[in-house]
Amino acid sequence: MTVTTGGPLIVLDGVNKWFGPLHVLKDVNLSIERGEVVVVIGPSGSGKSTLCRAINRLEPINSGTIVFDGRPLPAEGRALAQLRSEVGMVFQSFNLFAHKTILENVTIGPVKVRKEKPAVVRERAMQLLDRVGIASQAEKYPAQLSGGQQQRAAIARALAMQPKAMLFDEPTSALDPEMVGEVLDVMTSLAREGMTMVVVTHEMGFARHAANRVIFMADGQLVEDAPPTEFFENPRSDRAKDFLSKILTH
Amino acid sequence: MAEFLRVLTDNWSLYSQGFTNTVKLFLVAAVGSLVLGTLLGAMRVSPVPALRAFGATYVNVLRNTPLTLVFAFLVFAVPKLDVNIDYLPAAFLALTLYTSAFVCEVVRSGINTVATGQAEAARALGMTFLQVLGSIVLPQALRSMVPPMMSVFIAMLKNTTIAAGFSVLEAGAIPAYMSERGEPQFAVLLWITIGFLILILPLVVLQRFLERKLAVAR
Ligand SMILES: Nc1ncnc2c1ncn2[C@@H]1O[C@H](COP(=O)(O)OP(=O)(O)O)[C@@H](O)[C@H]1O
Ligand SMILES: [Mg+2]
Repeated sequence: MTVTTGGPLIVLDGVNKWFGPLHVLKDVNLSIERGEVVVVIGPSGSGKSTLCRAINRLEPINSGTIVFDGRPLPAEGRALAQLRSEVGMVFQSFNLFAHKTILENVTIGPVKVRKEKPAVVRERAMQLLDRVGIASQAEKYPAQLSGGQQQRAAIARALAMQPKAMLFDEPTSALDPEMVGEVLDVMTSLAREGMTMVVVTHEMGFARHAANRVIFMADGQLVEDAPPTEFFENPRSDRAKDFLSKILTH
Repeated sequence: MAEFLRVLTDNWSLYSQGFTNTVKLFLVAAVGSLVLGTLLGAMRVSPVPALRAFGATYVNVLRNTPLTLVFAFLVFAVPKLDVNIDYLPAAFLALTLYTSAFVCEVVRSGINTVATGQAEAARALGMTFLQVLGSIVLPQALRSMVPPMMSVFIAMLKNTTIAAGFSVLEAGAIPAYMSERGEPQFAVLLWITIGFLILILPLVVLQRFLERKLAVAR
C-alpha cells in the first residue's frame, strides 16, 4: 500500500461551484477524517450530488480547493485518473457497464487502470462478489440482475480498486423498497470495517446506525454538521427541522 | 437478349478493368475513412477544446463541399504547390477525406446513444479518455452505428464514379469509352447498374450479419 500522510483524508476549503448563473456550492468547508462515515442529507437540488462529484472531480469547481490524502486534486490527465482510481464511486442508477458481465465489470478497473494481472484480479473480484452476496451471478449481464443485485455489483466494482474512500450518491433511491436493505447491509459492513465514506442518502436508519456525522445541505450551503443523534433529536436550524418533519412523517 | 449479352462479352476487359478500379477505390477509401472518421469522431467528443474545434471545422467544411470540388483541389490545385500526386492516389485521397466527415458524424451520433452514466462510471474508475472510449463507449455505440455507416459506404461506392471525370478508369468511365465504340447506351448503362447492384450485395449481407452479431452480444 502507498504511504499515507496523517490528518484528514478529504478537505474542502472555500469551494464554490456555478452552473451558469446557478450558484450550487456556496463557500463549502468540510473536513473528513480517515475512517469517518459522513451522511449528507438535504432537499432535492441543494447540491448534494454536486458536492459528491466534486470530490473526484467528475464536476470541476470554480473556486476553492479540494485536498485528497494530502494532495490538491489534479486538474486533468493521468494524475486525475490516478486520483479517481483511489476514490470509489457508487451512483444512484448503478451505471454498470451494460456490455460486460458482472465479473468483467469488477475486473476491468484493476486490469485496465492498475495493469494488475487478470488472474489475480479475478480471484479478488470473486471474493468481493461473494462478499456482497452475488457470486452466483458473476457470468450474467447487468440487465439480467435485480436492482439490488446491480447496486451490490457496483459496490464490488468500486471496491476492486481498493479505494481509500467511497462516495455514494443516493445508492438506494432507485431501488424497490424490498431491495434497499440488502444494499444498506453491505454499506454498513463497509462502514464497520473502517472505510472512509461520504453517503448522500435519505435512509435515516443508516444515518443513525452507521454515520459518525450528518451534514445537512440546503441551497448549496452546509447548514448543519453534527453527530447523528444530536442532529435528529435536536436540529438547530429551521430548515433542518422543516426538512426532518417532512421526511420523518413518511 | 443475345445483343444485350454481347455488349458485356465483347467489352469484358473494359468492364472488368473499370469495376476492378471501382472496387479498389472503394476498399481503400472505406478503410481510410473508417480510420480517419473514427479519429475525428473521437476528437469531437474529446476533453480538449482545440481538438473538438478542429473536428467540427473539418466536418463542416468537407461535408458541405461538393465531392467534385474536393477531387478538383487534389488533382488540379495541389500539383500547383509542386506536390506530385497521381490521378489514382488523388482519387483515393479525395474519397477518403470527403467520406471521413460522414463517418465522423455516424461515430459521434453513435456515441451519443450511449447513456452518459456509462462514461461517467468509467472515468470514476480512473480510466483515461481513450480507455473510456475504446473499452466502454464505442463497443456499446457500435450497434446503432451499423445501419447509418452502411448508408455512408453505399453512398461512397456510388461516389467513386466521380473519379471518372479525373482520368481514373473506373466503372463511371465506361460509358464514354463505349459510346466511342458505338455500343448501344441502354445496354451499357444497364450492365453498369447490374455491376453496382452486385457490389452492394456484400454490403447488405455484412450489415445483416453485424446487426445480428451485435444484437446477441448482450
Ligand atoms: N450539469 C448540470 N448543469 C446545470 N445545472 C445542474 C447540473 N447538475 C445539477 N444542476 C443543478 O444544480 C443544482 C444542484 O444539483 P444537485 O447537486 O444534483 O442537487 P441534489 O443532488 O442535492 O439534488 C440543481 O438546481 C440542479 O438543477
Ligand atoms: Mg442528487
